[in-house]
Amino acid sequence: MKKLSFLSALCGAAMGFGAVASANAATTLEAVKAKGFVQCGVSQGLPGFSNADDSGKWTGLDVDLCRAVAAAVFGDAEKVKYSPLSAKQRFTALSSGEIDILSRNTTWTMTRDTQLGLNFAGVNYYDGQGMMVPTALGVKSATELDGANICTNTGTTTELNITDYFRTNGMSFNLVAFEKADEVVAAYDAGRCDVYTTDRSGLAAQRGKLTQPDSHVVLPEIISKEPLGPVVRQGDDQWFNIVRWSLNAMINAEELGISSSNVNMKKFQSKLAPSVARLIGKEGKFGEELGLSNDWAYNIIMQVGNYGESYEKHVGLNTPLKLARGVNSLWSKGGILYAAPIR
Amino acid sequence: MFGRDRSLTSLLNDTFIRGILFQALIAIGLLLSINWLADNTLSNLANQGKTLGFDFLTRTAGFQISPTLGTWMLDYKVGKSTYTDVYLIGIINTFIVALLGILAATVIGFTVGIMRLSDNLVFRWFSSFYVEVVRNVPLLLQLFFWYFAVLRAMPSKREKLELVEGVAGLNITGLYLPAPIVSDGFIYSFLSLIGAIAITFLVRRYALRRQAETGQILPMFWIGLSIILLLPVLVHYLNGSPLDWSLPEFKDTGPKLRQGYQSGAGMVLVPEMLAVWLALSLYTAAFIAEIVRAGILAVSRGQTEAAYALGVRPNVTLRLVVIPQAMRVIIPPLTSQYLNLTKNSSLAVAIAYPELVSVFAGTALNQVGKEVEMIFMMMMVYLTFSLMTAAFMNWFNSRVKLVER
Repeated sequence: MKKLSFLSALCGAAMGFGAVASANAATTLEAVKAKGFVQCGVSQGLPGFSNADDSGKWTGLDVDLCRAVAAAVFGDAEKVKYSPLSAKQRFTALSSGEIDILSRNTTWTMTRDTQLGLNFAGVNYYDGQGMMVPTALGVKSATELDGANICTNTGTTTELNITDYFRTNGMSFNLVAFEKADEVVAAYDAGRCDVYTTDRSGLAAQRGKLTQPDSHVVLPEIISKEPLGPVVRQGDDQWFNIVRWSLNAMINAEELGISSSNVNMKKFQSKLAPSVARLIGKEGKFGEELGLSNDWAYNIIMQVGNYGESYEKHVGLNTPLKLARGVNSLWSKGGILYAAPIR
Repeated sequence: MFGRDRSLTSLLNDTFIRGILFQALIAIGLLLSINWLADNTLSNLANQGKTLGFDFLTRTAGFQISPTLGTWMLDYKVGKSTYTDVYLIGIINTFIVALLGILAATVIGFTVGIMRLSDNLVFRWFSSFYVEVVRNVPLLLQLFFWYFAVLRAMPSKREKLELVEGVAGLNITGLYLPAPIVSDGFIYSFLSLIGAIAITFLVRRYALRRQAETGQILPMFWIGLSIILLLPVLVHYLNGSPLDWSLPEFKDTGPKLRQGYQSGAGMVLVPEMLAVWLALSLYTAAFIAEIVRAGILAVSRGQTEAAYALGVRPNVTLRLVVIPQAMRVIIPPLTSQYLNLTKNSSLAVAIAYPELVSVFAGTALNQVGKEVEMIFMMMMVYLTFSLMTAAFMNWFNSRVKLVER
């Protein structure tokens, strides 16, 4: 009898596995709707991009993207659950289905796009790798850094970029690569390294954690292109489109002058520019074609805001990060932010 | 034997046949599950547009690795070395920190364990305090503590704390020691060392036989020490001392970034490695101390009393009566502590020591993206290390275990 019951348990387990396998076959949108929230992979704490406050509430530019997707899918930007991930864990978490979107200051590169079975749905921040040094070192340019000890974190492209930069310039260096950013900051702060390198947005965000933030300077060189954007699993075009167009909606809203403060007014306005009417769902069936309701973009703008609002709120000049818009301005204002039109 | 009239039911009631039947069913079920698992993995990977394969091992790795024993042994060069080299560097770095950790933890653990049984109150209190504090704080926290505490206490990169003037020094970038530069004839010095050890064993056998026959004891420790020290040194110098030392070089002039210890001169032990070594040794030593104490207490008091009654001195009693019996109790749990230490070395990833998890499952995995293969390769390494340790300890255990006559 004992063995029989073990056998039946085995059969039960096998059927259980089968159930999991068949659940995988459903589309991401169906799965998300069924569970009632979007599972969003974020960083373990990068102020301005994804950071949890004392009460456990996540905020930031990357977090806003997940909230936008939740607003588009559920009409409620709060229906997001967050998974803090290390740089190393992030792709595995996404490809294993643990999360639905990875919005974690992740650089879009060809290797990642083609070899990891993932797709980048756009760019929500154009970044570049920079270097920070103590002012006392008297270094004005990265070309003077021959022989430096450099701290960074693993599981990113930064190790590759910094190696390339030093090789190109024929300089020698030592790399100390930590798993998490917090330890990088602590080691750099203790003087283990002469240089701290990561994306410039990251340098701005982490600087506040140093004991004397003002006695460090970010060098002018930008040694890499780091287009950061949301990532989804390959092979689910519908979900890919939802994420891509949620981002595009935020950028288009800024371009069209629609913000969280005036979108409600626009909704009741009878005379609207066609582009605005299409964006907020008064014309056409753009939402339905995504598998959503037609007021998807209206919900995004209403609850999350347009891209410019999100930027200024989390990383702009009035935040501790003090990042100027720079290349992240709209194309019409001298930047390179350019979203495909909704029509 | 079965009679002709036995029906199927009675066949099923036969314990032997029933046993085989159920075992076969379970084996089939197990094989099917494994097959299902493998098949599912492959099809899921295919769905994600990925393939299985180890061709990435021949690709060149484009990132720098912090200078450690592994990079030195394989002469790691960015743009030339492959992912195979990265894998081997990870293995070497894991191996060396595990080996050093096991040695240090054993020495500290035995010392503390014996101290806990000492008659001296200060020794006893100190060792109890050590054991209770160290084994009750998570290892990762201790790792952070040692790393950051040590870092903050060190002189900066452009200063130094000289341990031996011009030969060994210390600052935040590491511990600098002379590095040996081996030239052609050095192999003879090395061989003579092995020869000296072999001779010592032969002499020991003679000494034991002599003691058994005549009762006279040779001062084996001093004889062995002088053979092992003198013979290789003699060969080495007769051969024209084919070994040079590269001394660490410290500069305090020139551009600010170039000041400090110069790379390429001498040998450096990076603070990450020292912290991992320290944390692993101290943590495991606390457990070993308890195992040693338990082992010694497990030897009945009567054994010691009997030895004393025969007029054997206390330190000889400890060495020849108590410890050999205690070892039988100590070795099996000691083995599992060694295995723990080896596996715990993977925590070093948190403080930038380039061991296997950090450099292979971290940096390399992120560039290559072959999770299944790379995690499998990494598991194989830990499995091999653990099985090797266990095999050695089992051999050792069979040597010290009670021989029944």
